[in-house]
Amino acid sequence: MSFLQPSDLEAIFLSFQVACTATLLSTPLGIGVAYLLVHTRIPGKSIIEGIVNLPLVLPPVVVGYLLLVLFGRRGWIGAWLLQYDIQVIFTLTGAIIASAVVGFPLLVRSIRLGMESVDPAYRRAARTLGASGWDAFFTVTLPLSGRAVFAGMTLMFARSLGEFGATIILAGNIPGVTQTIPLAIYEYTSSPGGDRKALSLCLVSILLSFVVLLASGAASKTLDRK
Amino acid sequence: MQLDVAVEKKQGSFQFAAQCNLTGQRIGLFGPSGSGKSTLMHLLAGLLKPDSGHIHLDGLVLFDSRAGINLPPEKRRVGVVFQHAHLFPHMNVRRNLLYGWQRTPAEERHIRPEAIIEVLHLQHLLDRGVNLLSGGERQRVALARTVLTCPRLLLMDEPLTGLDEELKYQIMPYLTAVFSKFAIPLLFISHSLLEMRLMTEQVLVVEQGEIKRQMATEELAQSAWAAPRQGYVNLLRLGRPQPQGDLWQYQWGDVRLVLTERAESEENIFELDAREILLFKRHPEATSARNLLPCTVRRLFTVGNRVRVEVQCGSQQLIVQIVPESMRELELAEGKEVVAVIKASAFRRLL
Repeated sequence: MSFLQPSDLEAIFLSFQVACTATLLSTPLGIGVAYLLVHTRIPGKSIIEGIVNLPLVLPPVVVGYLLLVLFGRRGWIGAWLLQYDIQVIFTLTGAIIASAVVGFPLLVRSIRLGMESVDPAYRRAARTLGASGWDAFFTVTLPLSGRAVFAGMTLMFARSLGEFGATIILAGNIPGVTQTIPLAIYEYTSSPGGDRKALSLCLVSILLSFVVLLASGAASKTLDRK
Repeated sequence: MQLDVAVEKKQGSFQFAAQCNLTGQRIGLFGPSGSGKSTLMHLLAGLLKPDSGHIHLDGLVLFDSRAGINLPPEKRRVGVVFQHAHLFPHMNVRRNLLYGWQRTPAEERHIRPEAIIEVLHLQHLLDRGVNLLSGGERQRVALARTVLTCPRLLLMDEPLTGLDEELKYQIMPYLTAVFSKFAIPLLFISHSLLEMRLMTEQVLVVEQGEIKRQMATEELAQSAWAAPRQGYVNLLRLGRPQPQGDLWQYQWGDVRLVLTERAESEENIFELDAREILLFKRHPEATSARNLLPCTVRRLFTVGNRVRVEVQCGSQQLIVQIVPESMRELELAEGKEVVAVIKASAFRRLL
């Protein structure tokens, strides 16, 4: 018997697909929300902040259930999407949405801290040199918070790799479609004689997390040198 | 440059109100820290919005609360050199320099990057990261970066504060070179009287959130003398020296001065403390001092136990500080002929 089953490889591939897509899609949005929170004076800022941070403190199962209510066939968004023949629940899209929602607060939090730590004097200097507000943001503030953006992306990526509760409710546990590493481990542990298989996937999971950590450390060092 | 300002701004408990109408090329903003100098600078640059009033620069409306005009900073073309340079840390020197230039409309770009790089000696720094620059180099890059936007007005917010004495005087020739070469109107903010005298022609004195007075810089320097323990330094602009034995001879107007110090440039500024000058009734037969200048007393002014004597040496003026007793013994009066005696080593080179 080999170390990993063919279905395990599929789960690993799916995990990557979900984590990458969720992180890449969320990053521009995360930058936008962080910008709103740091640089604008909109009313109800603390409410927006609360909503963004909520998934961080809620049990993921609750988040999953709320998403199911929203994206279900009769949900507000689900019913609307169905008109265009898009189904979210029990699909890969569902797994990506679940990961994105749960990881988003980590992303925003990190980018926001980064943007707040950029001395506003640089922005002012850019403005007096002829840059408009947007120009100054994209050429000065954003590059200077680049490390924080990257750190947020790493955090979110790692969180997505381990996402379980919201995913199993919104996307189910369908091998080859929505079964990521944590879901596969869950299935092994709940079936008799699956202990060894679960353990091998656990090892893979540990290895992956470690690689992500190393990569993020190395990348932030390179950014530092610049 | 013609600047017409009448603004009010309240920041917390600090109330700032300024009203002035200025014409000139080099204007100073002088006052203690916390007096509102930087506030005025931010208001002019568009980084702060006045509560009410107007700001007109050379006939262009930068701000007018009644007409609802408030040009954003990038539309004002008012350059700022900040106290801490604020070079962008994620760009090298070259990209910092070109940041503003690239954002300046092509028809306004009348200063070439190569020209300013040459004047400020930045060639060897271009590819360096800004974190590897010394304090003086940072200020030079910041100055060049702002000058390249070809501003209508250049604001300098204490650009020399935080640099050590020696460095200060190394940078100042660069500043004067830039302003005389590119003819950019300057508003220079500082709390150092000496810097003011070297950089500006007239000053606005800012105190407690208000512009209190507007006067010629030299007038300010002389009025400061009345304050206790404030001395006066004569600033002499001297040309290129000729060797005279092991000393150096300089032309100062129609007077020749002999100094121990040698200077390299076409124009050099030396300081001479008013207390270092001796006055004699008649020409002394022999003295160790090398400079004996016949001159006429113009004005006398006594404060406590100090007397300020303004004397005319040929076409030039000097301020001499003596004590009242000497004044009586010398029988000094306006119009009297005296001889000013200065040691060759009494001059200190600034620029």
